[in-house]
Amino acid sequence: MLEIKEITRLFGGVQALDRVGFTVAKGEIHGLIGPNGAGKTTLINVLSGMIRPTFGRILLAGREIQTLPAYKVARLGVARTFQNIRLFTGMTSLQNVIAGQHLVARRLLFPRLLCLPSARQEETDEREKAMANLARVGLAGRAEIPAGNLSYGEQRRLEIARALAARPRLLLLDEPVAGMRRQGLEKVRDLVFSLAADGMTVLVIEHNMAFVMDLCTRITVLNFGRVITTGYPSEIACHPEVIEAYLGVGDDRTWGAAGKPAGPKDVNQDLSNAITKERICSK
Amino acid sequence: MNYLSQFYAVYGSLLNFIGINSLLALSLYVTLSAGQLSLGNAAFAGIGGYTAGILTVNFNAPFLVSLAAGSLFAGLAGLVLGLPVLRLRGVFLAMATLSFGEVVRIVAVNLTITGGAEGLIGIPNKTKTWFIYLVLVLVSFFLSRLRWSRLGWGFESIRGDETAAAAMGVNTTYYKTIAFTIGALIAGLAGAMYAHLNFLITPREFGFSMAVQLLCYNIVGGMRVWYGPILGAMLLTALPEILRGIGIVAGPVRLCVNGVILLLVILFLPNGLVSLFPTRKGRGKVASNLLSPKETKDNLSPEKG
Repeated sequence: MLEIKEITRLFGGVQALDRVGFTVAKGEIHGLIGPNGAGKTTLINVLSGMIRPTFGRILLAGREIQTLPAYKVARLGVARTFQNIRLFTGMTSLQNVIAGQHLVARRLLFPRLLCLPSARQEETDEREKAMANLARVGLAGRAEIPAGNLSYGEQRRLEIARALAARPRLLLLDEPVAGMRRQGLEKVRDLVFSLAADGMTVLVIEHNMAFVMDLCTRITVLNFGRVITTGYPSEIACHPEVIEAYLGVGDDRTWGAAGKPAGPKDVNQDLSNAITKERICSK
Repeated sequence: MNYLSQFYAVYGSLLNFIGINSLLALSLYVTLSAGQLSLGNAAFAGIGGYTAGILTVNFNAPFLVSLAAGSLFAGLAGLVLGLPVLRLRGVFLAMATLSFGEVVRIVAVNLTITGGAEGLIGIPNKTKTWFIYLVLVLVSFFLSRLRWSRLGWGFESIRGDETAAAAMGVNTTYYKTIAFTIGALIAGLAGAMYAHLNFLITPREFGFSMAVQLLCYNIVGGMRVWYGPILGAMLLTALPEILRGIGIVAGPVRLCVNGVILLLVILFLPNGLVSLFPTRKGRGKVASNLLSPKETKDNLSPEKG
């Protein structure tokens, strides 16, 4: 479905992505993890056509897309959400999703100028479709609330609903559960599972390790713009270089038991990582 | 009937100006609805006005032909200017369009065919009040329908967030250029009608102050719906007459009152005068039968982020 080959992106002298390559199979939920600054969001931006790679190729269902602008990539069936939420705050939730149907709607001007009943009918259909997507992310009751007034977790889910409105083949989620509590987290997890069950391919960036380990079929780990490894969650959790990237190199490479890991990174995140890892490796 | 004709005799020209200014305000509204802050619409009105005026005076063109030519020529100028300039965002776009306005003004001052600084004189008065309002109704209708078309949704998405709009498949450059061009077409039409209203047009009328005035109409009236700019244009155009009615003579005081009204609106009605009206149930809203009680109950509990 998606083949990423030797993607490199330079920002001045900084090598944000260094010959990144992996493939994502159709219907797979693929995780993309790595410490802050590893180049995850840059990769998503390259994949969605927001920035061009310095070199390298991206094949979407066999077609090269690395030189296409964002709107053309979207036409090929790629939708995304944003790490820093980018909703249309002046619109209601429902209007956000309707706006997201841009690629699948006709909305011709002429029938509207003539006030034809077909235009009315089309609008009713569009509303119903949008409501279905809102219901899918659990926001049906919030349809008429301005998007800016939703809670943080709801805004993240509304972004997913808007992305789904374009009926994508490939969905790129940039930290879909950042800042959410467990309840919202489970909703998003079930949602992504159901999307994959429908045959959608999902690439997800997330820092919450328990969430990623639980959700993803396979995971790619990035560090300093390079792919450390790609593999199944159980392999990732026990991979020495991944542990090193997250926790640093300790004296005896033990973690979890001592309570606080020896590393400079975010303690909570590393703890959750460590706990997950312990669980999976001991199996 | 007698009353009406008396009213028209006194306020006829005010009515004309309200109509023309509403059209000009709408021209900027289109550009603003795609999130682009343009200060060039006064210049497009100037281009339309001069084109139509020159055609009528020098070539004896029929009124409607002059109008169409003025509008199309302004639209063409909008298209040609829009293609390079719309790569700029926010303040930079405003700066670029502002300097375009100055260029147009200076060109009009220096050409012979435009009559130089004295302006183009002797344009026959052919724009009738009913015609202005007919055009205003047509343009308003067009814009109200445009909002729910493919273009309108694209414009709104770009205004909401250009990056997100591109990610969901909106060709942002194309849509912005179209918004800019439609704005220029309407501005050119209004300018052409204005030229045939007053016997003369001068370069100064289409300068910086008019560009800002158009922005004020939109801010005061509200730029989320098509009738907002019309309300703004009505209020601000009629204001001198209203003030005269209560005994304040036009002059510097008028400008102060203008400023105070602008401040009050920004402070208390950030969405403009339109927020005084209750929102109509319409498109983009849910029909209540779509909200089944079960869903509502399950999902209403807001989740803490």
